[in-house]
Amino acid sequence: MAKLLEVKDLKVSFHTYAGEVQSVRGVSFDLEKGETLAIVGESGCGKTITSKSIMRLIATPPGEIKKGSQIFFEGKDVLKMSDKELRDLRGEDISMIFQDPMTSLNPTMKIGNQIAESLIIHRGMNKKEALKEAVKMLKVVNIPNAEKRSKQYPHEFSGGMRQRAMIAIALACNPKILIADEPTTALDVTIQAQIMDLIKELQNKLDTAVILITHDLGVVASVASRIQVMYAGMIIERGTTEEIFYNPKHPYTWALLQSVPRLDTKHKNQLYSIKGTPPDLLKPPVGCPFASRCEYCMQICRDEMPEITKISDTHSVQCWLQHPLAPKVEVPQAIGGAK
Amino acid sequence: MVRYISKRLGYMVLTLWVIVTITFFLMNSMPGNPITSQVKQLPAQVKENLMAEYGLDKPVSERYVMYVKNLLKGNMGDSFVTPGISANKYIHDRFPNSARIGLQAVFVGLAIGLTLGIIAGFKRNTGVDYFVIFIAILGVSIPSFVVAALLQKGLGGKAGLPIAGWYSQGDGFLNTIKFTILPTMALSFSSIATYARYMKTSVLDVISQDYIITAQAKGVSKVSIAWKHIIRNAILPIVTILGPQIASIITGSFVIERIFAIPGLGNAMIDSISAKDYNMIMGFTIFYSFLYIVSLLVVDILYTLIDPRIRLSGSKK
Amino acid sequence: MAELSKEKFQIIGCDNFNADAIVRPNMTYWQDAWRRLKKNKVAIFSLILLSAIIIMCVIGPWIGKLISGVDYTHQNIAITNQKPNSQYIFGTDNLGRDMFGRLWIGGRVSIAIGICGTLIEVTIGTLYGGISGYFGGLVDDIMMRIVEVLNSIPYMIIVILFAVVFDNQGIGSLLLALCITGWTGMARLIRGQVMQLKESEYVLAAQALGSDPKRIITKHLIPNTIGIIIIYMTFDIPGFIFSEAFLSFIGLGIQPPDTSWGAMCSFGQSVIDFYPHELFFPALAISLTMLSFNLLGDGLRDALDPKLRQ
Repeated sequence: MAKLLEVKDLKVSFHTYAGEVQSVRGVSFDLEKGETLAIVGESGCGKTITSKSIMRLIATPPGEIKKGSQIFFEGKDVLKMSDKELRDLRGEDISMIFQDPMTSLNPTMKIGNQIAESLIIHRGMNKKEALKEAVKMLKVVNIPNAEKRSKQYPHEFSGGMRQRAMIAIALACNPKILIADEPTTALDVTIQAQIMDLIKELQNKLDTAVILITHDLGVVASVASRIQVMYAGMIIERGTTEEIFYNPKHPYTWALLQSVPRLDTKHKNQLYSIKGTPPDLLKPPVGCPFASRCEYCMQICRDEMPEITKISDTHSVQCWLQHPLAPKVEVPQAIGGAK
Repeated sequence: MVRYISKRLGYMVLTLWVIVTITFFLMNSMPGNPITSQVKQLPAQVKENLMAEYGLDKPVSERYVMYVKNLLKGNMGDSFVTPGISANKYIHDRFPNSARIGLQAVFVGLAIGLTLGIIAGFKRNTGVDYFVIFIAILGVSIPSFVVAALLQKGLGGKAGLPIAGWYSQGDGFLNTIKFTILPTMALSFSSIATYARYMKTSVLDVISQDYIITAQAKGVSKVSIAWKHIIRNAILPIVTILGPQIASIITGSFVIERIFAIPGLGNAMIDSISAKDYNMIMGFTIFYSFLYIVSLLVVDILYTLIDPRIRLSGSKK
Repeated sequence: MAELSKEKFQIIGCDNFNADAIVRPNMTYWQDAWRRLKKNKVAIFSLILLSAIIIMCVIGPWIGKLISGVDYTHQNIAITNQKPNSQYIFGTDNLGRDMFGRLWIGGRVSIAIGICGTLIEVTIGTLYGGISGYFGGLVDDIMMRIVEVLNSIPYMIIVILFAVVFDNQGIGSLLLALCITGWTGMARLIRGQVMQLKESEYVLAAQALGSDPKRIITKHLIPNTIGIIIIYMTFDIPGFIFSEAFLSFIGLGIQPPDTSWGAMCSFGQSVIDFYPHELFFPALAISLTMLSFNLLGDGLRDALDPKLRQ
């Protein structure tokens, strides 16, 4: 049976006044039914572009999904779909929620109508039925006074409620995949937990697969079953949640884990931050993209792109430190290495 | 909401009062008071009547009070150049003609301008876009009287369109239309350009918003996105320029009526200026200001009604 | 795969030299703006056209004398209303004067009114808006109420009113009439900028770093507002030219023997059926000038507004 989603060697570039920016440089991954995959990385690493490409939401000028890229949903080639097939896919098979719920909702359309719109298009309901169903969806996402709220406008909702409304819109037609692009970044910390709990609860109820995109590893731990770490347009390490948290292999993953502020830090040190900035993807480096910021950088790292090393069936990493010729490096103390 | 309207009404009254006051004192306080000096040239009997009715031998402040009292009764006073004919009569007789052309110009401007703007916004950097840009630019660069003159020279007398003039009472409806076509075209030209420009900008602005991507992610069809999401949001800011547009229609009408010899209020205004009929100038000025302020109020209220963000918070951002 | 030698596997650590290297050429705000303006062929063309027109207004009458042999004030009843010919390349007007020379003299007046009017308006507006925005509170409230009232008065009507009052008293009073209420737009704009900057985060950051107010004003406030002022001015100038032309049309503008493009148009329109050239040239002159200012303004707006950056 075909996997739910297969992405093979996805390359996406943008043509700007300064030249071609290679935002995504060969990303491949799968998704099974009902599982939660987290894509983690800094701003600008290409994670949002990757997820938008799955539904072909990239504006194609100036963007371009390069030849050789392949995206299959239930065996069907998404990149070759016609406009109509694409519209059927979006909202019904795959849905997306975005980072800023205030700007992602139509300010002059009632919330109920925005949810109903999906239902009318994909389920063929008439307006009345769709609005009733919309109220039900608002209850599902735990918005009190759902009936009244469905007749209100986005600016009358609080930030957390707006994000719930977005989730309601996305899940209205019970899609097989929900892509959540930084769903909690724009919200208060207390609301963040609520929203993540909601997503988890709904995922279990509706058996939806979730691709969670975030730069915050703290959010990922309790929700995801698999994690992919992205940097400069590439996946540099992937594995199950346990493997990534307890046996991380890539220096960037170490750095990310160290950046999570912890209450039990023994040393009265500064908060850890990775020096430097990600490379400009206008002229991507030939070697490992993390080389210029890596404590363990070697000459080979700068010269050539690392090979992919399989550590287990589910865990692989792209780093020269895995090569037999490389020195053995200890996992940093702060994230569970030997004392 | 009610509070907002009453606040705006208050402003309206205040502004009107300011205009009346400025107008009155300007006209009356010039050295060698033109109002009274006009009267000096009239036959004795007429002079006496006017003096009595308008208290012309009394000081300015008293005259002011009388003038305002008269205004509140709706009486704008007589012409001192041709006494016996009041400003009210002019307005009553002529304004409907001006209004007809003005309203037609507003509608034509909106219909064509908005459509062009929408097309240009959607089909950016294509031939249509450049054409619309071209028209928009011409519209704001060529003065209205030049447009009118060109239209008159180019199309006047052809295709049954009269060069100038107006219809007589009792003419058939179709007959009356042909007299209004060229003037409406001339008057609406700059409106079309302005609306097209603003609408295009608004459409482009809305297209780049996040909620359009949300709509795409839902699988909404291009047509639906265009109508329910883009155009509905893009039109809102246009309401805010309706006000100033009305002002330009009003002033544009002076010139258009002149060129096309239309018996409208604008033409009467120009006549009063040439004849230095100060009382009439005052009356027309106040009337036009009143018209403008009322339009502004209506547009304001309209805007608060159609934008849910403002309607519900009850106040203007 | 090539043999990988052991040397290549020695840890050499971070190289922060290249880490912060910026690949794209670094540009200041003004450099970036100029780059974008240059790319805009239409705007550059307008700039050139405008410069040509202004130059002609300065030297035009002198050139006219060279071509036709007579001064632009010279009247010759024998050759009134002549079509353009080899001696009088724009024809003659109703008093037999050389239209070419006269056109450029009229241009001086029209453009001067445009520029002076704009400068006056910008000055008043900036001061008013700056004070209102800076002080805020009650001062701001009152000042803005006044602006709101002034805004509700139809501009042209007031201009006409004042023009009637100042009848025939020269260009100065004409300018005064034109500027009486027009500055409100600029005042609002400047006030908005000042208030925004007062509360903006980078002013806060600058203050937190110990920067003093004068520095804040010169380094932050002014560069941001100048762009907007320039754009506004570029659009305002054709507005003034148009208003003056309008006034001339209804008999309130420049009076003879002085002339402006508006006055020439007004007269030309009355004889359009017989001597179209008398409307054509001044109308073309006004249109091209207004056109160029508008196109240039558009180009400047695209160049100076970083939010439109593509």
